[in-house]
Amino acid sequence: MGARLISLILLIAAWYAGSRLAGARLLPDPEAVALAIVDEARSGALAFNLGATLARVAVAFTLAMALGSVIGLVMGRSRLADRLGDPWLIVLLNLPALVIIVLAYVWAGLTETAAIAAVALNKLPIATVTVREGARSLDRALDDMAEVFRMGAWTRMRHVVLPQLAPYLAAAARSGLSLVWKIVLIVELLGRPNGVGFEIGVAFQLFDVTRILAYALAFVAVMLVIETFLVQPLERHVSRWRPRSA
Amino acid sequence: MSPAGVRDRLNVSIKQKSYRAASGEQLLVLGELAFSLAGGEVAALVGPSGCGKTTLLRIIAGLDRDFEGSVTLPAHGTLGMVFQEPRLLPWRTVEQNVRLAAPQATDAALDTLFQALSLTAHREHYPGELSLGLARRVALARAFAVEPDLLLLDEPFVSLDDALAARLRDELADLVDRRPVTTLLVTHNVEEAIGLADRLLLLSLSPARVLGDVPVTRPRTPRTPQELAAMREEIAERINQAYL
Repeated sequence: MGARLISLILLIAAWYAGSRLAGARLLPDPEAVALAIVDEARSGALAFNLGATLARVAVAFTLAMALGSVIGLVMGRSRLADRLGDPWLIVLLNLPALVIIVLAYVWAGLTETAAIAAVALNKLPIATVTVREGARSLDRALDDMAEVFRMGAWTRMRHVVLPQLAPYLAAAARSGLSLVWKIVLIVELLGRPNGVGFEIGVAFQLFDVTRILAYALAFVAVMLVIETFLVQPLERHVSRWRPRSA
Repeated sequence: MSPAGVRDRLNVSIKQKSYRAASGEQLLVLGELAFSLAGGEVAALVGPSGCGKTTLLRIIAGLDRDFEGSVTLPAHGTLGMVFQEPRLLPWRTVEQNVRLAAPQATDAALDTLFQALSLTAHREHYPGELSLGLARRVALARAFAVEPDLLLLDEPFVSLDDALAARLRDELADLVDRRPVTTLLVTHNVEEAIGLADRLLLLSLSPARVLGDVPVTRPRTPRTPQELAAMREEIAERINQAYL
């Protein structure tokens, strides 16, 4: 804890120093950015834009995780599905995020659906690959056990398969969350009338570095809170059966 | 033999079972192999390591359907199985492991079962916190909790020390006496087979066939070391005869 605090203080000190060197226009000092955050929060713009962005993150993330998990599970379990799906996966994995976003906007217009679909499609192949890896390593011995004892499909999914996939799902969720929110900002910058990405786009055109940093920091703070109070407790809960390492 | 008649019988009639090796050649694991068990009968499959005992058990359990022949399970066909390893769900407690396999088991039945296997103190433990002997007991409890029509035991006491194996064997014998169930036990430990079974089915090396069917006279216990030695000799003789 002490080391973290020192590290944080060093970061802020370096920021102050950088601001002195580069000038307030290029790099405003932490105080100015903090004031800008307070200003935006007072006017209600911060909450509104954060809310819009968070909603997009939540929907796109949920869609990508749900679809990616199902497809990954099927591909990991069936050789045929794996052969059929693999080329698609490779194409999607290597398609730049920007291409998917631009095409989505061209084909479906500058709509919310296009924005969310583009983000989900960017995250989908990574979730699929991670969960497929997990599905491939499922324990056949436990499958046999479930078969012999005639466990129902739901029991098997909930008590045999999902606990084995949990570390893979957690990895996919963690990397997915950070990827999704970064892509959501780009989607907003290119074709949405609100959200953190849109605000940063406006600030960029006005060369308002203070506002760019204000929105970026506010959003990072929100994601940190989600990570600390949602993702980590969830991980601890699903791994509670593991014997504690000393 | 049993009053319930044919419906309670386990009939196994395998023509052949082969594996395709990585090199492409067909390996015959089980040859012409047939036997049947009456309701409540306990039989031990005894044979050298690698003769296909586990394969046979997997076929009977319905885990391997790629064979020629037929298997008829006793009525209802509820299976209880103890694998070579305990095969518990590590992320569920002892009690949850048993309940998931036997959702219809009553609290009273589980209490009795846990008591009989001295597991009462471990109900809330996770499998990772148990010794191998305890985990094996949980696997036994799970197999009995489903009130099976057929109990399949695949070397359930392998890699336990002799004293512990003997104790578990006694507990298993008690459970079977209390609630008779058609049981097929795979082992290469002749003593274990004699201690538990009504019949010994001697298997040959692969492709496995039934070499002999040796009834074990009751009462099974107590047996003097001399009697045990005599039986072991007889069995060894029969196995040797078959190879000549």
